Amino acid sequence: MSYLELDNVTKIYPNGTKAVNETSLSISEGELMVFVGPSGCGKSTLLRMIAGLEDITGGEIKLDNRVINKVDPSERDVAMVFQNYALYPHMNVYKNLAYGLKNKGESKEEIEKKVNEVAELLEIKEFLLRKPGQLSGGQRQRVAMGRAIVRNPKAFLFDEPLSNLDAKLRGQVRIEIKKLQKQMGVTSVFVTHDQVEAMTLGDRLAVINEGVIEQVGSPIEVYEKPATYFVAEFIGTPQMNFINGKIHANKFISDEFECSINKDVKDQEVIFGIRPENLKVSANGSIKIKVDLIEKLGADSIIYGYDKSNNYLCYRENGNTKIKVNEEISLEIEDENYHLFDQETKKRLN
Amino acid sequence: MSSRTLQFTAHFILWLGVLVMVVPIWIAFASSTHENVDIITEGMKWGLGDKFFDNYNEVLNRKGGFSQEITATSMFINSFIMAFGIATVKVIISAMSAYAIVYFRFRLATPIFWLIFITLLVPLEVRILPSYQIVSDLNLTNSYTGLVLPLVASATATFFFRQFYKSVPDELLEAAKLDGANSWKFFIDFLLPLSKTMIAAMFIFMFVYGYSQYLWPLIMTTDEKYWTVVMGMKIIFQESYEGGNLPRVAERFSYIILSMIPPVLVVIFLQRWFIKGLIQTEK
Repeated sequence: MSYLELDNVTKIYPNGTKAVNETSLSISEGELMVFVGPSGCGKSTLLRMIAGLEDITGGEIKLDNRVINKVDPSERDVAMVFQNYALYPHMNVYKNLAYGLKNKGESKEEIEKKVNEVAELLEIKEFLLRKPGQLSGGQRQRVAMGRAIVRNPKAFLFDEPLSNLDAKLRGQVRIEIKKLQKQMGVTSVFVTHDQVEAMTLGDRLAVINEGVIEQVGSPIEVYEKPATYFVAEFIGTPQMNFINGKIHANKFISDEFECSINKDVKDQEVIFGIRPENLKVSANGSIKIKVDLIEKLGADSIIYGYDKSNNYLCYRENGNTKIKVNEEISLEIEDENYHLFDQETKKRLN
Repeated sequence: MSSRTLQFTAHFILWLGVLVMVVPIWIAFASSTHENVDIITEGMKWGLGDKFFDNYNEVLNRKGGFSQEITATSMFINSFIMAFGIATVKVIISAMSAYAIVYFRFRLATPIFWLIFITLLVPLEVRILPSYQIVSDLNLTNSYTGLVLPLVASATATFFFRQFYKSVPDELLEAAKLDGANSWKFFIDFLLPLSKTMIAAMFIFMFVYGYSQYLWPLIMTTDEKYWTVVMGMKIIFQESYEGGNLPRVAERFSYIILSMIPPVLVVIFLQRWFIKGLIQTEK
């Protein structure tokens, strides 16, 4: 059942820039939806339209069966966590949490009860009388979360809330957010450009490019069956390898190698994509590369090299590899794990 | 240069500066505690005399002016009312107009701001005749309103508030909006507390500006009841030059010393906000 619904939502700025183009999406109750895409793709604009911080040029946004296009931000029953937290610097933590409730006209006792509950939940009780300036990044992050939670909204909106934290803390907070969201069961939208965040946090992802949703699906779906060339390219590190070629009689043919395909695809020009981990070394492998660079990451080794037609390919091997730079290796495709995209429409074919 | 010499030089220069500032005040104060005769015959004094209470009492309570109705005490009160009024209203108006310019999208906001800004080029002294005309047409001569009102618009303060508001991150406004703050609440609950130090600074500047006004109260007031300290400085013991009396130098020094106290108090009182603003950034 759809709880937060976007119906042909469009945003055109006064200068004519189309930030979001007829986007439709439905998010069910309690779901954590991640908007992921490169910077400037319109994901934040979309989130801000849900929050009411940007006007909606066209289309409709519904929350819990109510059209909220024209509803004032404070009346929409959504709470937002900002990238730089936007805590109120002159108020202590308690007042930061209480401010929204106070404006709703709730009684002092009620406010105190709610703030204390949230402070307990987030373990920020001992900071209640401190000002944001006296808190560390992680603590501020919690206060920002608390400010959203205390209002008991119908939806949480997160606008890249982890990007100001250092890498270690980011991982911790990510887990906390995920747990908290599940525990509270509040419908959430999380905007990020970081695909690790997107993959780990989201129940579903919406991959956005140039104001258009390219694909919506669970993280694994998006990873295993990218719907477009853009999604294939964007999701996954190191990036998927792409080789241009054509289909002829259900066979993929490139300058480098041939491979029969398991699905009927009409003869056309295609892009053949394969993830680095779906390649394996094999004495009679059809893809031959000359190793150019090796990254040893401990658990993995990433091997980069050029094939004969000068495609830069990447191959992932476990652990400490024996392969040396400048060595020639032959790779073969594992278990038909490849992706075909139409060269014209960039859409998935298999 | 070694750090010791450097430090010594720095301190020497600072002390020199302190002396330049403090010595004249000390001389004025020391002289104000002597008899007139001594000062006229022997010159300015470095040491204290024994006439402190006599002179200061005379200055504060003796009625002066053309009709002998005004005392220095009431002039101090007038000056304080005028300066306080000017500073308060100026800060309020400037903060509010800057708020409108920065946060509300209305046509010609930028041209309006620059229009306000170029009034810097037209100080009161330049527009004194039209200003007087207006105030007199409104029947506000010889009133506190007339003293304060024409001086309450300030391009400088508007400019400073505008710069400050522009540096407040947009997310703060957005978060406040989501928390249900309307534009009035955002101003009262956010911008004013955030600009506390700014307000204190502006208040000090504007207070001193209002306090040291000379020309405006001089042409505005014909009733001695509204005389201010700075104009009194010229007038109050003027009669003493006439006839065979000695010039009342000691009293004049006392008067000058007293006239410095209110601005100094304002600075002392508000400077803790200043320092607070310097050592802890609130944004």
